[in-house]
Amino acid sequence: MRKTKTLEMVNISKSFQGKFANQGINFNISSGEILGLLGENGAGKTTLMNILYGLYQPDSGEIIINGHKVKITSPKDSIHHGIGMVHQHFMLIQNHSVIENIALGYDKTPFFFPKIRIRDKVVEFSKKFNFAIDPYKKVWQLSAGEQQRVEIIKALLNGADLLILDEPTSVLTPQEIKELFRILNDMKAQGHMVILISHKLDEIVDICDRVTVLQKGKIAGHANTAGMDKRSLARMMIGRDVLFNVNREPLPKGERVLKVSNLHVLSDKGIPSVKDVSFDVFANEIFGIAGVAGNGQKELAEAITGIRHIKSGTVFAGKKDITNMSPRRIYDHGVSHVPEERIKFGIAPGLFLYDNAILKQHHLEKFSKKMFLEYGRIKNHTRDLVDSYNVAAHSIDVQIRNLSGGNIQKLILGREISEKPSLLVASHPTYGLDVGATEYLREQLLTRRREGGAVLLFSEDLDEIFELCDRIAVMFQGEFTGILDSSESEKLADIGLMMAGSVRY
Amino acid sequence: MFKLTVYDRESITPLRSLATNTGSIVAALFVISIVFLLCGVNPLYAIGKIFSGSFGSMYGFKETVTKAIPLILTGGGLALAFRAKFWNIGAEGQILMGALMGTWVGLAWGAVLPSFVLITLMFLAGFIGGALLGLIPALLKIKFSINEVISTLMLNYICAELITMLIVGPWKGSTRFGFPGTNNLADAALLDVIPGSRIHYVTLILAIIAVLILSVIVYRTRFGYEVRVIGENPEAGKYAGIDFFRTTLVIMLVSGGLAGVAGVGELAGIHHYLGYPASISSGYGFTAIIVAWLAKLNPMYVLVSAMFFAGIIVGGDAIQISLGLPGATVQIVNGILLIFLIMGDYFLKHKVVVSFSNNPS
Repeated sequence: MRKTKTLEMVNISKSFQGKFANQGINFNISSGEILGLLGENGAGKTTLMNILYGLYQPDSGEIIINGHKVKITSPKDSIHHGIGMVHQHFMLIQNHSVIENIALGYDKTPFFFPKIRIRDKVVEFSKKFNFAIDPYKKVWQLSAGEQQRVEIIKALLNGADLLILDEPTSVLTPQEIKELFRILNDMKAQGHMVILISHKLDEIVDICDRVTVLQKGKIAGHANTAGMDKRSLARMMIGRDVLFNVNREPLPKGERVLKVSNLHVLSDKGIPSVKDVSFDVFANEIFGIAGVAGNGQKELAEAITGIRHIKSGTVFAGKKDITNMSPRRIYDHGVSHVPEERIKFGIAPGLFLYDNAILKQHHLEKFSKKMFLEYGRIKNHTRDLVDSYNVAAHSIDVQIRNLSGGNIQKLILGREISEKPSLLVASHPTYGLDVGATEYLREQLLTRRREGGAVLLFSEDLDEIFELCDRIAVMFQGEFTGILDSSESEKLADIGLMMAGSVRY
Repeated sequence: MFKLTVYDRESITPLRSLATNTGSIVAALFVISIVFLLCGVNPLYAIGKIFSGSFGSMYGFKETVTKAIPLILTGGGLALAFRAKFWNIGAEGQILMGALMGTWVGLAWGAVLPSFVLITLMFLAGFIGGALLGLIPALLKIKFSINEVISTLMLNYICAELITMLIVGPWKGSTRFGFPGTNNLADAALLDVIPGSRIHYVTLILAIIAVLILSVIVYRTRFGYEVRVIGENPEAGKYAGIDFFRTTLVIMLVSGGLAGVAGVGELAGIHHYLGYPASISSGYGFTAIIVAWLAKLNPMYVLVSAMFFAGIIVGGDAIQISLGLPGATVQIVNGILLIFLIMGDYFLKHKVVVSFSNNPS
């Protein structure tokens, strides 16, 4: 008997520092249903589920279970209401066995001999859903799929009638995905509810009964997946038909500034994450790389700028081979870099504004004679940067951590393009910035293009990609699913599908 | 119910920094007072005695300067290492290694070389000894990601035992009547002192020059810039193409080397022979950690904080004698001061606001 049969979220809003992550969200789910929650990164899916799981409190709106209003203020409350969550990154202790992990997360674990006494329960649940798992294996010996099943058992054992899965397939192999879907269908047959967070269209269409699409924190639409075509779903996710900005005047293609050939790069975990990628970037061009985060964009940007080791393949800046050079030498060869996560990579937060204005350039003649820094010139240069790139700071003698994200980003961009590099690699340069700063930064990128520079732009924001880029590559699972010219509008209409890997050009 | 909210402070003024440090020291003295009370001593009298014993008399002051010499050298080097977030806890061993190398040079060539050359060579050997010892944890960290806290700490014991082995074994002196220790160094190997004190001024001058150069390095050079960037944000260092390998090695060469120089100073200026490790350096390498921390890792401030802690060491000796307190009292005082200084640092960087709410949840 399921104690939670229906769940409804009504008019949920949540904002962080004045920016809406969720705004007026409504949806419902009832027993025996699988609901897909679809949206791009940053659309507010995870925030919404964290509200349901009690990790965040909504600013307004209510949660209704079985027709009664409830208040969920902690994960404990939500477990009590029969809600279980499987996070994208598993919350398991690697050195403990499966059963120990389960005992740890189980409410009614007895104090004495916990393993022996809950063993039967674990075996029973494994049988019920055909989980082939040895309860005495250590977690680190399990594959990602098996670890996920441990998480599911943990949730079910705590009496979860509603299971939330956050991007459950991102770490799984195709076989494991099939297995997961079989388990989810079994659960559905037994009256459980499942909410599946995903940005992969194919999966949503495969497994879900209904889908709710989020876009920029708002509901973009609800739909039944039966008979739904992927193209219209993609359009719903992106929010509109593809439009083109006309401010970008046509410029003749300049000479080649970057040539990437057959690049292979590994992720931090040693998994191939850039697979045989080749492309060229020319002067007077902004080359965009679109795609859902985690498909190898970060690794590609790091490999080109020298932060990450290149396993095979070559990168040429102009005629110079820069494969696996140090970041500083690559910079000296005219490739500058606006890194993603500006605070994490782009600045030393506790140092002064003027110290940060020369990061990567402190070794240049301009700023240091022999081994000594020329602070007079460095400060003048910083004042110039602050003036010409509209950085709002009351002084250059403050720690840079005191600046807002937008102003830090303006300073980083100024720093990286003031030396007029032949190529600027910009990763998510406007992520998280307000409209004014965003427009300003985009304008600067276009200026760079006009001046004869080239920009390699990594972005998840399709508006940005369409507004700025002359050519667009779409990255999916470490490969390009196509490189399109901005004039090929009928192909670009399928960019959502290309991002999901279902269409290749 | 009340709730603590923590904010990052917008900016830190020198005044606030001074006020926070003073506050930390006052709070620490309060806790130290409790320790004195438990020992059955009037805390005000004891604390007063510490400062009058170290700064209140000419004799005390001269002793304080003497004890400050190794603390300045070692604390300056540690300030550099800590800036790059390399936690060198091995200065004690590096001091001993310096003394060992100095002894070796002093004993081997004491009779043949003129004093100036000999002493120069001894300092050089001491620097190299400390530097090489500092290199080991640096290499272990970069090549095998071995935690430097553990490796530097453990090397301290290895060095101490190495010296003990030498002074009861191969280096045992013929003039020691069978007691452990080397023979006295030749007169040419000894450092002059300011008459009427034990201040070996050559080492003092070296120490002051060292912190001056260090502060130029940290604030004015490319290398110092790279050290500061790595310490503030290693990821940004990687992004900027800073060579971690080279930077870390140089930092530890300098940090270990300066401790080694301090060891030679103690040997040639105070003890004149290599005896038990605990007598060569009675914890200067550890006290120097607090010295560097109180100086906010600024080499120039090390001059002041080294004097402060040297004063506490000398004053500690004074209360041992006049109040009959155990020798460990000074260690307790130092430890409590360090803990409060570190806590003070947190409140310097963050603003903590306590708010009371009526609805308990």
